[in-house]
Amino acid sequence: MNATVPVWRAALLSAALLFAFLFAWEMAVQGSATGGPATVDPELAALLSPEAARGSQTAMPAPTAIGKRLLELLSDPFHQRGTNDQGIGIQIAWSLWRVMAGFLLAAVIAIPLGFVIGMSPLLNAALNPFIQVLRPVSPLAWMPLALYTIKDSNISSIFVIFICSIWPMLLNTAFGVASVRREWLNVARTLEAGRWRTAMRVILPAAAPTILTGMRISIGIAWLVIVAAEMLVGGTGIGYWVWNQWNNLSIADIVIAILMIGLVGLALDRLLGFIAQAVAWQE
Amino acid sequence: MAKLFDRLCGCGVSHSADFTCAEEAPRDGTGELGRAVNEAAMRAAFPEASTRRAMLTAFGAGTLLAAIEGFLPLQNAREAMAQATGAPEKRDLKIGFIPITCATPIIMADPMGFYRKHNLNVEVIRTAGWAVIRDRAIAREYDAAHMLAPMPVAMSLGIGVANPIPFSVAAIENINGQAITLANKHRDKRDPKDWRGFRLAVPFDFSIHNYLLRAYVAEAGLDPDRDIQIRSVPPPEMVANLRADNIDGFLGPDPFNQRAVFDGVGFIHLLTRELWDGHPCCAFAVPRSMITDTPNTYAALLRAIVEATAHSNNPANRVEVANAIHGPNYLNQPLTVVQQVLTGTFADGLGGVQRVPNRIGFDPFPYHSMAVWILTQMRRWNQLPRDVDWRAVAEQTFLALDAGRVMRDLGMAVPANPLRTETILGKTFDPTQPEAYMASFAIKRN
Repeated sequence: MNATVPVWRAALLSAALLFAFLFAWEMAVQGSATGGPATVDPELAALLSPEAARGSQTAMPAPTAIGKRLLELLSDPFHQRGTNDQGIGIQIAWSLWRVMAGFLLAAVIAIPLGFVIGMSPLLNAALNPFIQVLRPVSPLAWMPLALYTIKDSNISSIFVIFICSIWPMLLNTAFGVASVRREWLNVARTLEAGRWRTAMRVILPAAAPTILTGMRISIGIAWLVIVAAEMLVGGTGIGYWVWNQWNNLSIADIVIAILMIGLVGLALDRLLGFIAQAVAWQE
Repeated sequence: MAKLFDRLCGCGVSHSADFTCAEEAPRDGTGELGRAVNEAAMRAAFPEASTRRAMLTAFGAGTLLAAIEGFLPLQNAREAMAQATGAPEKRDLKIGFIPITCATPIIMADPMGFYRKHNLNVEVIRTAGWAVIRDRAIAREYDAAHMLAPMPVAMSLGIGVANPIPFSVAAIENINGQAITLANKHRDKRDPKDWRGFRLAVPFDFSIHNYLLRAYVAEAGLDPDRDIQIRSVPPPEMVANLRADNIDGFLGPDPFNQRAVFDGVGFIHLLTRELWDGHPCCAFAVPRSMITDTPNTYAALLRAIVEATAHSNNPANRVEVANAIHGPNYLNQPLTVVQQVLTGTFADGLGGVQRVPNRIGFDPFPYHSMAVWILTQMRRWNQLPRDVDWRAVAEQTFLALDAGRVMRDLGMAVPANPLRTETILGKTFDPTQPEAYMASFAIKRN
C-alpha cells in the first residue's frame, strides 16, 4: 500500500487474467468435446445432441458460444413475444423495480425508526432482541410465509426484499445517531435548539455517512435476495430468467445471467457509493 | 356402480349411464341435478357418513338443507349447474403451468387458438414449481391450473395444505408419458431388485410419479422408505443431478427423460405405460367455487381444454403440436426432444431407436377409479392417516360428469362408467374393492 499503481497497468493485468481464464476454459471444453468416432447411424444421431451421438455427455458451453449467445440476447433485449418470452432487459427492469420498491419501503421505515432507537437508549435495549433474532433469517425462509399471508406473489417478493434490507439500515442509523459526539449535542443544547432542530441540523448530518453505509449494505442484500426470490416465485425478473434457463438446462444463458446480475449489482453499489461521498464530512 | 353415475346425470330421467339423455335438464335447479347439489352440500357439511346418516334420521333432509342453505347459496348453485351455455362471466383468465409435455393441451390451446374459439382471453403462465402452482392457485392468482392429478385430492382433503381447500380435476391432461430414467452407469441393473441403496427422484410428494415408483420397487420386494431413497426434485434438476451423479435415476415427466438421453447422461429404463397403461398424470384443476361462481366461464374453459386434449391426442397432429409448444414462450426445449416425446419415435439411450406411438396420450376423462387408486396409495404410504369415503372423495374431486358431457357434445366416445377396472403392475385393481386391494400389499406403512 505504499506506491500508487498506474491505472492502465492494473487494467492491462486484469485484461490479461481474463483472457487467460477464457482461453483455458475454451481449450478445456474443446478437449473434452472430442470423443470417439461417430459410428452411430444417422437416424439415431439426429435424435441426440452431437456430444451424446459420440457417446459422451453434452459439454459445458465454451466462452465463444456464450459470447455468441450474449450478442443474440443483447441485440433484442426488450422483445415481448408473449407472457413467457420476454427480453433480458425487461427481466432486469422488473427485478430493479421490485428491489427499488422493497428497498425504498425499508428505508422509509428503517431510517426514522433507527433515529428513534438511536436517540432512546431504552428503546434500543428493548427492541434489540427482536432485531437480532430477525436479522439473520434467510430470505427464502420468509417466502412461504409471505406467500401464505399476502397471497400475491409479486407483493411477496417485494416484502422479502423489504424484510431483508431493513436491518442494516436500521442498525446503522441507530448506531450513527447514538454515536453523535456529546460535545455537539451539548453545543446545540447551549444554543437552546429544540429537539426537532437538533435532530435535523446536528444529528442527521452527523449520522448521514453511517446511514448511507447501511443503505449501501442493504441495496447489496436486496439485489442478492431478489434473484433467489424470483427463482422461487417465478413470473418475471432476472431471477425467474435464471430459473427458466435452468429449466431449459441452458448453461450459456445462466452464465450470462450471472454476468448481468454482477454488473447490475456493481452499478447499484456504485450509485450508493456516490451518494455516500456527497454526504461525507471530514473533521 | 351404474347407479352412482345415474344419480349425477342432469337430465332428471333415470337411464343407463351412457349419457344418452332423452330430455333436457330442468332449468330451475330442481330435478336430479339439483338433488346432486343438495347431496354434495350435505356431504360437505357432514363429511362423516355416519354423522350424516344420524343427522338425516334425526332432523330429516328438508330441515338440514334449510339449515345449510343459511350459509351456502344452494339455490344459486342449483340454477348455475342447470343452466345452458351462455357468455362467460369472466373472459380474462390466468392459467398456471409447469413446462413439461404433460401440460401440452393447456399450452397448445393458446397458440393454436382453442381458448379464443371459446371466447376466452387466457394467459398461460409458466410457473416455477408444484408448490408455487398450489399456492398461487389457492391465492386465486390463477383462475385454473395445471396440477398433478393427486394434488386436488390432497388439497381437498387438507393434506399438504393448512386447511382443506376444495379443488377439482375438471379434466385429465395426459395419460402415460412418464418414464424411469437411470444413469448410464446402471445399464446392467435393469432389475429393480438390484436397486437397493439407490437415490431416486420424483417431482412431488403428491404425484402419480411417487406412487408408481413406490409401487414398482415394492413389487420387487424393496421398501421405498428403507431400501431406497426417494427425493422430491424439480424435473430439470433431475437431469442435472443425474449428470452430477447425485442421484441414480428418476421417475419423472417428459421432456426430461428424453432430455437426459439427448444430453447423454442417462437411458430410459421403462415407460410408465408399461407399469399402468392409461395411468393419469397431470390434471386441469379448478377451484370448486369456479363451477358455481362463474359456470359459463367454467363450461367454456372445459370445452376449450377438452377440444385441445382431443386435438393433441391425434397422432396426425403431434408434430404440429410439438412445433407450437417447444419454443421459449412455452416449454423452452430443443424441438427434437419434444418431438421425440410426442411422436413416440425416440432414442432410448441404450443405442436404439424405439417406436412407441402411444408413449404419451391425452384423454380428458377423469375416471373415478383413478382417484380411488390415488387414495389407496395415499393410505398405503400414510400420507392420508384416516379413512375416507373413497367414492365420495373421488366423485367430488374427479368431475367425470362434466368432462363426459363436454366430450359427448364434441362427439367423442364417453366411457359408460367412471369406475373402471385397471391393470396396474400386472395386478387387477377393482375400484369398488379398495380395501381388499390395500390388504393385498406386503409392503405398506398403514
